[in-house]
Amino acid sequence: MNEGQIELIVQKVMEQLQKRFTPDHNIARENVKEIIEKGLVFREQDWKTSIPQPAFKEGVAELTASTPARIGVWRTGTRPLTKTMLKLQFDHAAAIDAVSSEVLEKYLEEFNLFTVETCYENKEVYLKRPDKGRVLTDDAVDTISSRCQKRPQVQIVVSDGLSASAVETNLKDVYPALIDSLKINNLSFGTSFFVKGGRVACMDHIGDILEPEVLVLLIGERPGLVSASSMSAYMCYRPRKGIIESDRNVISNIHPLGTPPIEAGAHIGTVLRRMIEQKVSGVKLEL
Amino acid sequence: MKTKITLLNKTYQFSNLKEILAKANEEKSGDQLAGIAAKDAQERLAARHLLADLTLNDIRNNPVLAPEEDEVSRVIENSINEKNYQSIANWTVSDLRETLLSDTTTDIEITRLRKGLTSEMVAAVTKIMSNLDLIQAASKIEVITQCNFPIGYKGTLSGRAQPNHPTDSIQGIKASLYEALSYGIGDAVIGINPVIDNAESVKQILQMTKEEMDRFIIPTQNCVLAHVTTQMRAIKNGAPSDLLFQSLAGTESGNKAFGISVELLDEANDLIQKEGTSAGPNLWYFETGQGSELSSDAHHGIDQVTLEARCYGLAKKYHPFIVNTVVGFIGPEYLYNSKQVIRAGLEDHFMGKLQGLPMGVDVCYTNHMKADQNDMENLAILLGSAGVNFLIGVPMADDCMLNYQSTSFHDIASVRSVLGLRPAPYFEKWLEKMGIMENGKLTERAGDPTIFM
Repeated sequence: MNEGQIELIVQKVMEQLQKRFTPDHNIARENVKEIIEKGLVFREQDWKTSIPQPAFKEGVAELTASTPARIGVWRTGTRPLTKTMLKLQFDHAAAIDAVSSEVLEKYLEEFNLFTVETCYENKEVYLKRPDKGRVLTDDAVDTISSRCQKRPQVQIVVSDGLSASAVETNLKDVYPALIDSLKINNLSFGTSFFVKGGRVACMDHIGDILEPEVLVLLIGERPGLVSASSMSAYMCYRPRKGIIESDRNVISNIHPLGTPPIEAGAHIGTVLRRMIEQKVSGVKLEL
Repeated sequence: MKTKITLLNKTYQFSNLKEILAKANEEKSGDQLAGIAAKDAQERLAARHLLADLTLNDIRNNPVLAPEEDEVSRVIENSINEKNYQSIANWTVSDLRETLLSDTTTDIEITRLRKGLTSEMVAAVTKIMSNLDLIQAASKIEVITQCNFPIGYKGTLSGRAQPNHPTDSIQGIKASLYEALSYGIGDAVIGINPVIDNAESVKQILQMTKEEMDRFIIPTQNCVLAHVTTQMRAIKNGAPSDLLFQSLAGTESGNKAFGISVELLDEANDLIQKEGTSAGPNLWYFETGQGSELSSDAHHGIDQVTLEARCYGLAKKYHPFIVNTVVGFIGPEYLYNSKQVIRAGLEDHFMGKLQGLPMGVDVCYTNHMKADQNDMENLAILLGSAGVNFLIGVPMADDCMLNYQSTSFHDIASVRSVLGLRPAPYFEKWLEKMGIMENGKLTERAGDPTIFM
């Protein structure tokens, strides 16, 4: 089915739905039903499978409510039921797509972010060689040297990391909240940009070039099955080559079902202000 | 020692044993990341030809990491029985492979052989064995161990119940544990990875699992996989722990990165002997996995198969109840895809068994690895055929706390069913008593966790 056909169907469904509110109710309902029956509508509850005759009926809900683990799913022979299996595959599909896909330009244009690349070459090399994702290409070095303000108080960098969908899902909320929180904390910021194929330590290379007082990197995390769109904010005071992991601070698990993106954005400003006040980051920073 | 080989008209010169061992490996992204892998398939085969022709004597006399520099090397060196070693010192690596695979070589001969083998010799022979070689040879070896109850018999497959919870909720852990037990999983151990690594929290989880074991008289053992020092504190505070757990690396510096040393392990060993709650004699649970030394920059230019074999050389010292290689957890920079994970799983299982260890495998992957659940099901069946002592059981294979996928309760039950394997004997009797299993098959009641409520 191509996009045109899908649009047509959507249009047709919409027309039919509108007709529901016309006086001729019954005919309209029939039409809607007919169209919906041509496709399957899957919602979260449609994946649920259950134990047909549990020994303690009321106990099932108590157990399943106590954990996000996939329990009480039942079986056929020794194998899982079809819907339980399809749900697991569906969640895994979202996670692998998040790793393999690229951030669409429109999400970056919204905040005027231009794009530079690390030496990652392609997705395969990116996964095999974490070291390459820590260094910007020569072109990237030239671009940010010429386009970015040097020695800003705060440098904001966004990167896809291991999840493009983390950027697409969260940036629209995190970024404006972060800008607001910088203003509230009386901090100024330089020229933000996007790094394709970045690893956390690309902060150090960028730090060497632009010499910001503090840098915050918003980067996609390794996707899990609960969320394939989780983002982390790594922060560092005077980032430069040779920084060790424990010199960085991080707010992780940023996604709509984890740390809410707007809250995370607001919190980052406070952490950055403290770094500037205490002239330190990482484990030594007092929050 | 020979370091040069001519294959047809092309000559390859290697500088030392370390290089030959590394280049003879099947392709692994971790060896490539370390910059020690063969340049191409032909160089790999040149190294493998040369390795097949080296003697066990060559391997012992050219240590990849000198005992004077590394305590893991010392542990391995000290475990050698000189008489057994002398009787095979002139064998080539190829001789060792062919002996292991010969019809006339039984488990009894292998038991004698292993006393003369170093971990590096075990790694060497692994590199010249195909996947089916690794399965065939491992399937001969039976390693029975006992904590509270014995496991590891031929014809059995045990499961670790891994009822993890993202906030260590006691109720949540219990819920997943009930689900595991209802599928006949938990005979290897009830083992929880805690989120919070402190003695009080570890004690609470140990107490809950012990209470459940007592309430239903479950013939198994409990363990919480915190850092060994945390478990030691919990045990000193009266926590009922049947087993001590620790992750191991194949070098002293790798272990230092894990916050352990041989001295600390010795101290912990004394404690669990005196204050553990189980019958014994096997009181340790170790975990390993290819790539951990490289990730902490503690690999000394040694390949990840050899380093993994050295972990087992260290583990052997403590006569563990179970050893588990967490084969695909570390990520694609060490094992890139399912082909590499499957190979590593078979290698690790064989290398552990050849060194006399009760090997289990966490057949698993992360979401940025080129692998999926089908690949894990394949490897689980291969390992079942190879006689793996236990697999990991996670609800629908999705660990909601560690964020990776392993094998499910359903998967372990299926491997048992397809290959005609049984749970550990005492556990099977208990399953029958609970009405969960009959004649080795799950009953209608199985899969209903509310029978424990």
